[in-house]
Amino acid sequence: MSDRPMNPYLAGFLLGLVLLLTIFVTGRGLGASGATKSLVVASVGAVAPEHAAASPFYSKLVGPGHENPLKAWLVFEVLGVLIGAFVSGLSSDRLKLVTERGPRVSVKRRLLFAAAGGALFGAGAQLARGCTSGAALSGMAVLSVAGFVTMMAIFGSGFLFAWFTRSLWLGAKAGR
Amino acid sequence: MGPFVPDLISDQLNLVIALAIGFLFGFVLEQAGFSSSRRLVGVFYGYDLTVLRVFFTAAVTAAAGGLLLAAGGLLDLTAIFVNPTWLYPAIAGGVIMGLGFLLGGFCPGTSVCAVAIGKVDAMAFVGGSILGVFGYAELFPRFAAFADSTSLGPAMIYTSLGVSQGVFVLLLAAAAVLAFTVGGIVERKVAPETAPSRLFPVRTHVAAAGVLLAVAALAAILPDRNARLVARVTASGYVPHHTVKSMTPDELAFRILDSDPRMRVVDLRAEATRKARPLPGTIAVPAGEILGREWRKSFSPRLLKKVLVAETEADAKTAAFLLVETGFENVAYLEGGYPAFERTVLSPAAPVGEGRFTPVVERFRDQARTGLAEMVRLERAAGTAAPKKARKVQGGC
Repeated sequence: MSDRPMNPYLAGFLLGLVLLLTIFVTGRGLGASGATKSLVVASVGAVAPEHAAASPFYSKLVGPGHENPLKAWLVFEVLGVLIGAFVSGLSSDRLKLVTERGPRVSVKRRLLFAAAGGALFGAGAQLARGCTSGAALSGMAVLSVAGFVTMMAIFGSGFLFAWFTRSLWLGAKAGR
Repeated sequence: MGPFVPDLISDQLNLVIALAIGFLFGFVLEQAGFSSSRRLVGVFYGYDLTVLRVFFTAAVTAAAGGLLLAAGGLLDLTAIFVNPTWLYPAIAGGVIMGLGFLLGGFCPGTSVCAVAIGKVDAMAFVGGSILGVFGYAELFPRFAAFADSTSLGPAMIYTSLGVSQGVFVLLLAAAAVLAFTVGGIVERKVAPETAPSRLFPVRTHVAAAGVLLAVAALAAILPDRNARLVARVTASGYVPHHTVKSMTPDELAFRILDSDPRMRVVDLRAEATRKARPLPGTIAVPAGEILGREWRKSFSPRLLKKVLVAETEADAKTAAFLLVETGFENVAYLEGGYPAFERTVLSPAAPVGEGRFTPVVERFRDQARTGLAEMVRLERAAGTAAPKKARKVQGGC
């Protein structure tokens, strides 16, 4: 396969079919941030079980009477994502250890902001009960209010924030 | 009929399926170019609208595909997981994620893809998101009240907008095509040389728009399977050419009193009527849900006679025809609807008619009145059995 990305409509159609297949077979949608949550819950449950039992957040998910949080659908799905993306990168010759960054950003600054963005995304996904995959895309596919509201909030606010973060992504002159 | 979880596919096998589905998900995301943060944020600056095209196309494909599968009777849309809405938390969480997107350059799914092909910035993003979830969990008690506020349940967008699912999907496809068109113009203005839309001939854009609109239009005009079946059995030419057995009120009373194990009485009446004028030994099925998959098991034994009771004979007959049409045998309806049962069996003044069996029928109805009343009393004392609910699929992040 070429190293050029797939035609976006074809990719979108295939992504839609994968989502449809998921709904058809399992009755649920795709997701991503849920696996991070399972990882955090399992770690806290293992390291500090008393703390987990006392917390209204963890106690619903871990402890006596609960299965291991890592034995969750999304954890296995995200493992599959890792393998699938790796195979895709291998077949398109895109495997490379690299820090992708805007033209005006140092590596250190990029990694710092990536971590900060990840932290916000992780926290926001808890509040909204899902991220771009689980809440927005899968929610839109089943026509839920939550799907459309979350999608509009993520992308709508993104356009506002874009102006303030332009030095992270754009060159000194506008354009790529 | 899908979905196959939890009835046909066990929880264990489902995890293997999750791995396979994740593989496809990751492969497609990576092929779409979503392992690049600069491509992903391009949608916010206009120089690369791949995210808009892929995301919108996928949403329309899956939504329209779901309706088409339902129309073909292959997918039960009432059994799939619909993520519940907490309105303000969804907006606040979305805004926080929007900021995270612009700072970090990924969303959780795409960051996993980027990690898989060696993007160091994506590894930082994943590390940060673990800290973010941990921080949220630790501080959760402070805003637990907000997180659970403005709960709307599994609200559907088309219901909120007052249109049908099909019309909504068609509008969504039209919005997608409009966004692609405007987006393409913007993209070529912002990045005249590098715009990804230039990589593909104009006809692929036109073809994509045409296919999306066609699929959505098809989903909008095809009635769903249940609506089609109801239309079929209520059409004027249907009843004269089809027959279904009926049962007299006296036979029904006799078999209820006998606790006949080979009969199942299905009470289709509204809850208020059912409570005010109860019939013992029945299962209550809300009108309009007779085709629901949760009841199929209770109806399926062939030797079991399914007797449908409704307020009117016509309603019971329609339901009986629906069951026959979906493959059930040994179905009957109560003659005259429930009022006929009340008029004859339950009212002492009812004329039994002439003939030598009159005293027998009168004696039977006297016994039936007290017997049925006693059964109702016992059922009430035992507490009303909770209506059987199908195990719902669990989902969400």
